[in-house]
Amino acid sequence: MSISLQGTIGRGEFERSLNLSVADGEVLAITGPNGSGKSTIIHTIAALVPLRSGHLESDGAMWDAPDSKQWVAPENRTCAVVFQDLRLFPHMNVIANVSYGLRAQGVSKDEAHSRSTAVLARVGLSLFATRRPSELSGGERQRVALARALVVEPRVLLLDEPLSAVDVVSRAALRELLPEVLGGFAGATILVTHDLSDVEAMATRSLGLF
Amino acid sequence: MQTTAPERRQITAVSRPSDKAFQGVVTAGALSAFVVLALIAGFLFLRSTEVFRTFGFDFITRSKWDAGSVEDARAPQFGVAAMLLGSIIVSTMAMIFALPFVMGTSLFLEYYISRRIRFVLVSILDLMAAIPSIIYGLWGYLVLMPYASHWAASINKYLGWIPIFAVDRENFDASPFVASLVLCLMILPIASSVTREVYSRAPQDQITAAYALGASRWGAIRAVVLPFGLSGLVGGMLLGLGRALGETIAVLLTLNLVFAVKFQVLASAGGNVASLIASRFGEAGPLELKALMAAGLVLFVLTLLVNFGASIIVGRASRSTK
Repeated sequence: MSISLQGTIGRGEFERSLNLSVADGEVLAITGPNGSGKSTIIHTIAALVPLRSGHLESDGAMWDAPDSKQWVAPENRTCAVVFQDLRLFPHMNVIANVSYGLRAQGVSKDEAHSRSTAVLARVGLSLFATRRPSELSGGERQRVALARALVVEPRVLLLDEPLSAVDVVSRAALRELLPEVLGGFAGATILVTHDLSDVEAMATRSLGLF
Repeated sequence: MQTTAPERRQITAVSRPSDKAFQGVVTAGALSAFVVLALIAGFLFLRSTEVFRTFGFDFITRSKWDAGSVEDARAPQFGVAAMLLGSIIVSTMAMIFALPFVMGTSLFLEYYISRRIRFVLVSILDLMAAIPSIIYGLWGYLVLMPYASHWAASINKYLGWIPIFAVDRENFDASPFVASLVLCLMILPIASSVTREVYSRAPQDQITAAYALGASRWGAIRAVVLPFGLSGLVGGMLLGLGRALGETIAVLLTLNLVFAVKFQVLASAGGNVASLIASRFGEAGPLELKALMAAGLVLFVLTLLVNFGASIIVGRASRSTK
């Protein structure tokens, strides 16, 4: 599934015109300084903020077009986000966090559990399924956030500064894991980062916002 | 390299007179609540000592309430069991009826309507809290009771095989069911207000995270708002329970007070400690007056225990969502 965004995002001094598209299997890295609108792109695609003008479409299906008042709700967009601050649910254990998206989409409890267990194994967290996020290290929490996004099998994966909140050791490990995971991901990926090493390690293409 | 810990410093701060005065005022304000509570407890305890000395634990376990008669040589007997149990039954039923409305109202006001309409609806809800109890009581007696009796009859017809829905006589007026419906309306504003306030503070970043994983609005509410707001819901409901347990006049008008332990919630017979005190206070002799004080003390202790238990539940619930 490809995604294309042509239009304006942000408000006031943060308003920015964009024209980007990402194809299946591609990892587009978006770089730029703070306030350049990197995260707003992610939030716009995920329907957390509306597009100011223009249109956002995915494989010909219009997701957001303010002029023609078209807007697809977040639950109907086949995308998943890994947030910069992770936003794990603190009252749920790891397996419940990971299976949340599936359960929200109506997948049965057993199937959600087995699919979540498989994804946890992929990110190396099989032994942590019953722990709460507060009992994990920063790197482990990051893996949970990644597993939570991957398990719903999104067509568009949105990674917002995925390595910014982890220590140096965990970052090195994740920098090895992420390309491996993204290599097996069939959909389009947008990676927001301000670290050029991340771009080198993971992206197939990059876009600078300055 | 050898390092040494710096010497511990003595930090002193000189309070200004205005700071001291302000601290005194807020401390006095905070302590006054405890002092008033202690004075009420002490007053009730002193006035009821004679009753507990005379009747002992029977005062709690017996249901007979008889001021006695010199002419008939009948000794006075006082027991608060039926009224106490009645209070608990009526209040619990009111809580059960109110719970879905409190949750629904709070979620609707916070997550399903625009800010402008919310303002209007919240004002109306707050206005409900300002309606005097007697108005609720009269409305319950004159308007609600005929309908509620009809509903009670239907419940009895289809679910009468369940002991609590059975009746000895087919009179469904002034039952615990009717009284609890009135109480349900009375506790709705305060319980909704507290619950809505806590729901509004649910972490927005986790709500957006739920959306970003494909959750619908209800899905996000179920995953984030409800667990986060559990302590607020419990707190709000228990504030409502406090009002329900102490409610007097509205219950007096809509409940037929009977001094017998009854579990039949649809029957025209029930109990309520506060209503007992209100109904007997005017004509009570010296000993009965002390017995009413003792009943008040029992209600006071029950309310304290409920609030204490609630604090523990709220504490546990809020820790589990952090």
